[in-house]
Amino acid sequence: MIWNDDFETLPREAIASLQLKRLKQTLDRVSVAVPLYREKFSAAKVETAQIKSLDDLRRLPFTLKQDLRDNYPYGMFAVPLDEIVRIHASSGTTGKPTVVGYTRRDIDIWAELMARAFAAAGSHRGDVIHNAYGYGLFTGGLGAHYGAERLGASVIPMSGGNTKKQIMIMKDFGSTVLTCTPSYALYLAEAALEEGIDIRKLPLRIGIHGAEPWSEQMRSEIEEKLGIKAIDIYGLSEILGPGVAIECVEEQHGLHIWEDHFIPEIINPETGERVPAGEKGELVITTITKEGIPLIRYRTRDITRLIVEPCTCGRTHVRLERMSGRSDDMLIIRGVNVFPSQIESVLFSIEGIEPHYQLIVDRADNLDTLEVQVEVNEQTFSDEIKVLQNLSHHITKDIKDLLGVTCKVRLVEPKSIARSEGKAQRVIDKRLDK
Amino acid sequence: MKVEQISIFIENKSGRLAEVSRVLGDSGINIRALSLADTSDFGILRLIVDQTDKAKMVLKEHGFTVNKTEVVAVEVPDRPKGLCGILEILDANKINVEYMYAYVERSNSNAIIIFRFDQVEAAIKVLTEHDVVVLKGERIYTL
Repeated sequence: MIWNDDFETLPREAIASLQLKRLKQTLDRVSVAVPLYREKFSAAKVETAQIKSLDDLRRLPFTLKQDLRDNYPYGMFAVPLDEIVRIHASSGTTGKPTVVGYTRRDIDIWAELMARAFAAAGSHRGDVIHNAYGYGLFTGGLGAHYGAERLGASVIPMSGGNTKKQIMIMKDFGSTVLTCTPSYALYLAEAALEEGIDIRKLPLRIGIHGAEPWSEQMRSEIEEKLGIKAIDIYGLSEILGPGVAIECVEEQHGLHIWEDHFIPEIINPETGERVPAGEKGELVITTITKEGIPLIRYRTRDITRLIVEPCTCGRTHVRLERMSGRSDDMLIIRGVNVFPSQIESVLFSIEGIEPHYQLIVDRADNLDTLEVQVEVNEQTFSDEIKVLQNLSHHITKDIKDLLGVTCKVRLVEPKSIARSEGKAQRVIDKRLDK
Repeated sequence: MKVEQISIFIENKSGRLAEVSRVLGDSGINIRALSLADTSDFGILRLIVDQTDKAKMVLKEHGFTVNKTEVVAVEVPDRPKGLCGILEILDANKINVEYMYAYVERSNSNAIIIFRFDQVEAAIKVLTEHDVVVLKGERIYTL
């Protein structure tokens, strides 16, 4: 079902003219209200009046995640704080999160776009939506919640964790739609089997999964083990949260990005130039209706390509191919953004730790795992087990405190972590082979 | 009155213990006593050898992490409650034992136990005051 027929099936020319009109409005606003954009535009010697076509967008400078960090917490807001009705945040490399603010209209649009997403996934009024995305600073829980209410479905605000209760409620309440990370979906299925419950026999029919990388193989596994259609959803807090783009249930191929609110571009991450149509590169998004924190040419670091061919579902909005990686070294572990440099800073703040370490990211029992391998040296070594165990616990705790991710520390012999001539291979992501 | 012990960090993977003993053997070093403490990921091999500094050097050359620590070798009457008596002395004086292990050879028909204490000096003082025989390093290396 198409939620908003007027906008979701708008002819391409009408989308383009709407985008240009909204882009100009956004530029006029940010160039006055956001000091960073005043500086950026003046440094790039562009005046917003010079932006006369969508193609002119390429003349504007990029916005980076670092810009949000540098303007922590409210420096990028384009409206006074008394117009902000909600604040969310995501983890950042320095321990300071990236902060985003929403006006009442932003929240309203977000609910609309999430309702569109639910509808595209095949959900409708009358569904019981079991929302297992985390509620809190993370945008996942509340973002999906508001969209589910807008849709007119009955939403169960489960949030994450407490798996046994999730299973009981899913069964007793007759959940028909599940929203959670793909790995948690599989974890739920296995935990349910241990309780003697086969989710395939429950009324559940749709899973909407995102917030971490997953593959087609994993989709097949989820669909088989839960007996559902598993739909890929994309979003990031800087731009909106969940609901920026979603697959339609008809094709399950490519995620429609709502072009009446966002302008996607694909660039070469090395040169910053746009790539030829249909080629892979880094996704850059400009928000054209956001009030709280509008972003111009935000570099998402996600690698994808645009699918411009018309879709059988009838939606005219372009599709993003399933994300195939990142242009930086950011890892997403159990929904948390982790940069190896953050872990490095933790390790180096502990006296005596060698500058050689390796991160092994894997998936065990369908949950992401992070192992931090650290070489033992004469300074950290002791003949007493407890001293080494304390060292492990110390590292685990510092990483947990800074990043919110639980890791396992493995102490290894000196020189056992491969040295490389050029860029050290700090990360081995075994999830990519699964 | 103290004995030098070397400890070696060993990852929990096959062949590492063999490698340590091969390196020592190739250098003509004899192991006098040993204890292995292990966790699921790694182990700590503690050795008393006849040439401590040389052993430390050759192991380091082969890439091992090696520490030298001081332990105490104590004569323990080889009869029921022999060890108990010594532990009670330590306990009464609030000397904490980090770990301990048995030595292979005997001394005057007594067993020998190697103790690792936090407070080495205090432990030696307490033991000798209670007429417990604490053996010198040179004696242990060559016994």
